[in-house]
Amino acid sequence: MANRSTLALIGGRVLQAIPSIAGVIIVTFVLTRALPGDPAVYFAGPAADAASIEQVRQALGLDRTLPEQFLIYLGDLARGDLGQSISTGRPVVEELLRRMPASMELTLLALLFSLSVSLPLGILAATRPNSWIDHLCRVIVTAGVSLPVFFTGLFLVYIFYFILGIAPSPLGRIDIFYLDPPKITGFFTIDALLDGDLDTFGAALSQLVLPAITLGLFTLAPLARMTRGAMLAVLSSDYIRTARASGLSRSTVLYTYALRNAMLPILTTLGMVFSFMLGSNVLVEKVFAWPGIGSFAIEALIVSDYAAVQGFVLAMAFLYVALNLIIDILYTMVDPRIGLEG
Amino acid sequence: MTIDRRDFLRLTAVGAGAAALPMLVPFGESRAAGRADTLLVVVGSTVNSMDIHRAGTNRPSYAIAVNLYDRLVGFGTKTLSDGTEMYDYQTLQPEIAESWELAPDGNSVTFKLREGATFWDGKPITAADVKWSFDRAVSVGGFPSTQMRAGSLEKPEQFTAVDDLTFRIDFLRPSKLTMPDLAVPVPIIFNSKVAMANATKEDPWATEYLHRNPAGSGAFMLERWDPGQQVVYKRFDNWKSGPLPGVQRVIMREIPSASTRRALLERGDADVSLDLPPKDFAELQASGKYTVAAAPIENSMIAIGLDTTYGPFKDKRVRQAVAYAIPYRQIFEQAAFKRGIPMWGGKSFDPATIEWPQPFPYDTDYGKASALLAEAGYADGFEVPFAFNLGFAQWSEPMALLVQEGLARVGIRTQVEKVPGANWRTQVLIEKKWPMHIKNFGGWLNYPDYYSYWVYQDGRLFNSMNYRNETVETVTDEALHMPVDHPEYEARIKTLISTFFDEVPLIPVYQPYLDVAMQKNVTGYKYYFHRQLDTRAFNKAAS
Repeated sequence: MANRSTLALIGGRVLQAIPSIAGVIIVTFVLTRALPGDPAVYFAGPAADAASIEQVRQALGLDRTLPEQFLIYLGDLARGDLGQSISTGRPVVEELLRRMPASMELTLLALLFSLSVSLPLGILAATRPNSWIDHLCRVIVTAGVSLPVFFTGLFLVYIFYFILGIAPSPLGRIDIFYLDPPKITGFFTIDALLDGDLDTFGAALSQLVLPAITLGLFTLAPLARMTRGAMLAVLSSDYIRTARASGLSRSTVLYTYALRNAMLPILTTLGMVFSFMLGSNVLVEKVFAWPGIGSFAIEALIVSDYAAVQGFVLAMAFLYVALNLIIDILYTMVDPRIGLEG
Repeated sequence: MTIDRRDFLRLTAVGAGAAALPMLVPFGESRAAGRADTLLVVVGSTVNSMDIHRAGTNRPSYAIAVNLYDRLVGFGTKTLSDGTEMYDYQTLQPEIAESWELAPDGNSVTFKLREGATFWDGKPITAADVKWSFDRAVSVGGFPSTQMRAGSLEKPEQFTAVDDLTFRIDFLRPSKLTMPDLAVPVPIIFNSKVAMANATKEDPWATEYLHRNPAGSGAFMLERWDPGQQVVYKRFDNWKSGPLPGVQRVIMREIPSASTRRALLERGDADVSLDLPPKDFAELQASGKYTVAAAPIENSMIAIGLDTTYGPFKDKRVRQAVAYAIPYRQIFEQAAFKRGIPMWGGKSFDPATIEWPQPFPYDTDYGKASALLAEAGYADGFEVPFAFNLGFAQWSEPMALLVQEGLARVGIRTQVEKVPGANWRTQVLIEKKWPMHIKNFGGWLNYPDYYSYWVYQDGRLFNSMNYRNETVETVTDEALHMPVDHPEYEARIKTLISTFFDEVPLIPVYQPYLDVAMQKNVTGYKYYFHRQLDTRAFNKAAS
């Protein structure tokens, strides 16, 4: 693989992202200000009078004009300062850095679970269309997508924690009588392993299982259906027939030729599903007391915590750009026919 | 990059295999060690600051002021008929102040501080610390200063450190509200040396530092605070301002989902569960397996507010008609699950006592309501928007629907509007723009005149009814600072209450309970007006 063209691809993509990031900055700034609700009133507390509301407004810098506020915001951004979240009283950067790994860890594991179920399921369904396994696949994914996430979550908690008692108490990332592993990556499981503490690793992992399954179930549908569809299309193509006719083994045909060619749409779906899951698993976070960024963003939105909302949207925008870049690079690895210039 | 596509595909396959791995790992058994002397409290709300004086500190954070800090004085304890303990508004008991004395002329009070009491860092607590803390409370502005003003504590010049252990407050005016205002969560005593060492020119009151790092002398110290997840208190073993807490650690873990909070309690993992919907409390209590402490929230009512400047509601008879068309009993049973005290069905328009709140002399009587409407010229009814706070949807929504049904029977058509919590304050309290809405105000200082001051006097924040009545204006002002044993106090309060009865800008439905569910082996819960958990008196017997 040519290094130069990869770098060119990355460079080009980053350049393309600049206008969209700028757009995101402006839109979130305007939108947060357009939200109904007055943060000064809210944060002045229950017994505030007009004077104390005004004091709070000044302290928050909300007494300035919008263009002024925007310039100040841009200046802060240039210094890497996303501002102070008024509801938590901490820098937004700190909040995002603390919560992002929690969301990432959960989402990645959920995706891993989802892939490990949906890929085989999709392939099986595609190789035996209209068999019982195809129908099973259809039923599972329909159920996964049509059951609301909070319902699946509560249901799993009810069965595995409340009735059977085999799942740990849904108290967040780690049981209360364990200490957090030393922070290296922010992923509790990985940090515990790096620390060589298998006990803590087990505790962190067991906390992850139920929320990851809950989240994963919801994403089975797009992945399994996409796998099935793509595989069906590929399996009926000429080169597969040729491969079969040439007497290649079934598994070689299936995995070396068919699956690789079917990977592209699956990858695209994967990228979309991932970024969607990261920001939108608020309900899973609520049920399992997971301290992720989704619930942080919702709380911030509810109390009109401007800096926090803007920081969240910006972080997600950056993440999305990065993710698309990664997917693009993966394309070229899976299928060299795709030009790097594309 | 050196991964070629074959490697990549192989990796993908390995990854998919690895994904199945976590499913095979058995769930870890939770450790039992340390549970016996640790209290695990699951809460639905989030603490956002260690400093109650900071602008933006939310209500759940008041628990920090209660548990981690001392005041000069605290409230005593009384026991309700069902055994629930609650704070006693009538008695003050020593915290940092060992004793206190009112000046013979009634213009000041002098506190003697406890000898040998120290902050967590071992420094003695001096009158200078008290002075600094009080100066801070009245100077930082916003909520703490407003609350101090309610007790006529307004200027730093009122506070004097006479010597190391003597502290004096000079009164601006004698008021019955001053002493109890010293026992609310706001006038906490900071370790002023620590605070001043962390103050800057722009931030002379060290709000940035104290927001993250409590510096006090309370029964508990902060062990850790993970915002959005948990606050952990650790006992301060040298605490002198009261009996040492029965538990060594308290973990306040945030669990946003009420169902999960209930499950944690029922599985025996959590010791105390807060913020459950009324239905869950009713069921937990019925099960008999848990202690459900229910105390009526003092000076508080769930009520329907009517904007007295809005078309039909200008007419007193229309407001009374509405009060007769509310299906009280249904609301109490189906929306509140009886977690409260009825505030309807009073005997007479002449109040017999000055108890507050007390049942209003209205009951569901559609005939009477229709007659009053006809008399006022609204025989065909009218339309009116009706708002409730989405943040309290668990009980507000069924209540709103029942009210809507009741009013429809006399021809009043309501459009129910859900207002999100953050907008509620702006729309209802500041702009006062909802002609009809559900209110749940509660006053910290337990006097009817104090309630009137916040809710019924014209221009006040919580007077979302835009109500103005000259009698209420003058009588409230007269009664507010008057001692309760003043010969004219009772007459004045009765005047106020009978005006509220007759004019009904506010239609009370019930006085809500504050419910807390605990395991049977947990004792020491006490209800407070601030609605936060005071864990200093908690005990946990071996289960």
